Amino acid sequence: MIAALTSLTILGLVLGLILGVAARVFRVEGNKLVEEIMEILPGSQCGQCGFPGCAGAAQALAAGGAPVTLCPPGGRSVVLELAAKLGKEVNLAGVKDSVPKVAEVKEELCIGCTRCFKVCPTDAIMGAAQQIHSVFRDACTACGKCEEVCPTESVKLQPIPVTLHGWYWHKPNLQVLRNIPA
Amino acid sequence: MKLFKLRGGVHPESRKELAADRAIRVLPMPEYLYVPLLQHVGAPAQPNVNVGDKVLKGQLIGASQGVISAPVHAPTSGHIVAVGDYPAAHPSGLTAPTITIKADGEDRWLDTEAVSDPFVLSPDQISARVAAAGIVGLGGATFPSAVKLNLSRKNNVHTLIINGGECEPYITCDDRLMRERAAEIVEGVRLIRYAVGAEVVMVGIEDNKPAALAAMTLAAKNTEVKVIAVPAMYPMGWDKQMIKALTGREVPADGRTADIGVLVHNVATAFAVRDAVRFGRPLVSRLVTVSGGSVIEPANLEVPIGTLVENLFQFCGGFRNKPARMVLGGPMMGIQLASAAVPIVKGSSGVLALTDSEIGNVQPSPCIRCSSCVRACPVGLLPLDMAAHIRAGDSSAAVTLGLKDCVACGCCSFVCPSHIPLVHYFNFAKGELMEQERVKLKQESTKKLAEMRNERIARIERERVEAAAKRKAAREARERAAKEAAAKVVTETA
Amino acid sequence: MSEYLLLLLSTALVNNVVLVKFLGLCPFMGISKKMDTALSMGLATTFVITFTTAGAWLLEHWLLMPLGIQYLRILTYILAIAAVVQFTEMVIRKTAPALYQVLGIYLPLITTNCAVLGLPLLNVQEKSGFAVSLMVGFGSSVGFTLVLVLFAGLRERIALATVSATFAGAPIAFITAGLLALAFMGFAGLVPH
Repeated sequence: MIAALTSLTILGLVLGLILGVAARVFRVEGNKLVEEIMEILPGSQCGQCGFPGCAGAAQALAAGGAPVTLCPPGGRSVVLELAAKLGKEVNLAGVKDSVPKVAEVKEELCIGCTRCFKVCPTDAIMGAAQQIHSVFRDACTACGKCEEVCPTESVKLQPIPVTLHGWYWHKPNLQVLRNIPA
Repeated sequence: MKLFKLRGGVHPESRKELAADRAIRVLPMPEYLYVPLLQHVGAPAQPNVNVGDKVLKGQLIGASQGVISAPVHAPTSGHIVAVGDYPAAHPSGLTAPTITIKADGEDRWLDTEAVSDPFVLSPDQISARVAAAGIVGLGGATFPSAVKLNLSRKNNVHTLIINGGECEPYITCDDRLMRERAAEIVEGVRLIRYAVGAEVVMVGIEDNKPAALAAMTLAAKNTEVKVIAVPAMYPMGWDKQMIKALTGREVPADGRTADIGVLVHNVATAFAVRDAVRFGRPLVSRLVTVSGGSVIEPANLEVPIGTLVENLFQFCGGFRNKPARMVLGGPMMGIQLASAAVPIVKGSSGVLALTDSEIGNVQPSPCIRCSSCVRACPVGLLPLDMAAHIRAGDSSAAVTLGLKDCVACGCCSFVCPSHIPLVHYFNFAKGELMEQERVKLKQESTKKLAEMRNERIARIERERVEAAAKRKAAREARERAAKEAAAKVVTETA
Repeated sequence: MSEYLLLLLSTALVNNVVLVKFLGLCPFMGISKKMDTALSMGLATTFVITFTTAGAWLLEHWLLMPLGIQYLRILTYILAIAAVVQFTEMVIRKTAPALYQVLGIYLPLITTNCAVLGLPLLNVQEKSGFAVSLMVGFGSSVGFTLVLVLFAGLRERIALATVSATFAGAPIAFITAGLLALAFMGFAGLVPH
């Protein structure tokens, strides 16, 4: 009885000591994974994921507390990259990236209040007080912040029209294979 | 001459007999011409005319912009009635920026600068004339020819290959051109050779065009141009296949033909080069084969760029029966047209109206892994595995299998006993990857913008704080000075 | 020497820990969707099993037997296994954070991988010496890795195949595992008893 108690106690203590030393030696300084995830995220700090900025989202992702589909401006490509990095399976059906959007100013409604371009995280809106604002499509991430602050509902997210430049063939959908999950 | 062994390839029924013996005819000038600004690989041309302007045939209406681009010219005299969007010859049926010209019926040429002996020009002048004429690869690739000439000279190209491999079924326009205008082609070939300084010049013509071979051999007699018969097979007209057949060399993956010292041009391009260099005339028309089971009178027509496809069919007597499918280009690589009201562009070699029996609409069935597609692929890829990965939603795996080297020639889809639309999968995956690439580029730039904005906001805040501190310090200094002065006054008065 | 080689072969192939002894089925089904993660999992498990078989033999012969407390065998073994797994986890977390994320819950679950506990117990049952125990542990875990990687390769291919809706997903994976086990029975005559 005594032998059993002491031997197990000593064994536990020894192993605990080894692990304690190992924990020191192999301590992870910061989290490399968080930095790697930050690289993938758009970095516009739009906050649509519900976390305070991209750093918060990256931490949540690294800790496994957030789905890889959390980033609306990132779209499909970010989802796929995050899934590859974190080894998660994703169902892209849930990612509403089928219609990429950009903000658009309805000129007849714009009163030139400058609220939207003050909140734009990527400086994609140009304008001045009492001037009609307009959006640089190439810089807009469709974060929707401008839509929220616009007093006259002049700024709206609109689907990007398909052009010859961006068009590509749809995925073949074969009749015969219909009973087979894609 | 010894020919080299080729990989893959198929032998579709040629069906060239429909139009092969019909001499080139000139299409009467239609009333309206719709000239798209992007008819080539690269940046679209920038329009330099306005609605209402009067233009002459050959006048510049869209200037080239950027390194890889080509100008477009008015295909006839008349006036501009619209500068805007018009349906493009594209499988999507979407619109593209297009200049619409109403022909005045005079078809009057702009005064152009002709040269009696083009060989006195310097190579630079020749490529400048080719660039100004807006010539692009007329075999279908539509890569700006002048860019290719300059690139070849820079890379010290030693071999010039002229591609007379018209391998698409039905299409006979290059065949007719070689039969009827061989001397002009040979002159164009010699001009290109002179412009790039190549030592060897070979014209490869498929052996199913004996008349064209004979005419070209005759025209090339006593010149440095060698005309060589190559076996008829599809895709013989693919430039890299032609190079392999004639030189035995293979262009490295994601490399250019210039990497192995070879420049390839199509026979029709050589013809256009001759026109441009000798007469200063831009590319405003091209030969188009009108064929297919539904067409009453198949023909080879010289057509102004911008003519609507329906005008061509009308001129050929209309349809025998309602066509099951209209195709722009050949049946293997051409594009299906939703409507015939789209313009002919520089790269259009044919318009086909096919009957039900010609298109063979069979439902696809599952892959049986027979590997027919592997044997047929001229690039040496694994179409079945690439398609399986794409179907499972993993396009990047298809890239590791060589998707980017696929030229979408259609051999795999053609031989597939299960009728799987393999090329459709590849086109989809290529488009998807390109889209991802675009999104990624955009994300990188917006990320930079966001960082710069954050920095700017931080800097403004910092400056505001600093300015406030400075103001505070200045105010305190002033107050102190005032106090001291007051104290001084007090002491003085005391 | 040839005796050890035979031992290695027989543990890795003939008496494969997964397909013949049906130990360690949880990671076999769980971490076999991708080849590279399967390989990493296999290597981590190999490390753990090799160390624990050695550690367990030492504990058995230097601690439990002298003190006559063999009834505490499972408890002590689990303690040793948990320590080695914890150590492996630290190393992986430091050296390959992405892999750490990918292995996720399966990494700590190596502790409860029945192969890890089963092999030292089998060694005790067989009364094997230290070298033999170590060899059995190493051979079996190599067999585990081999099967995991093979199965991941098969599943990568199945992902591309047209599987009918009834069998798609787990069912076809189980059928494949069964066929793989059948195939491994072919090794039965490889090593003479």
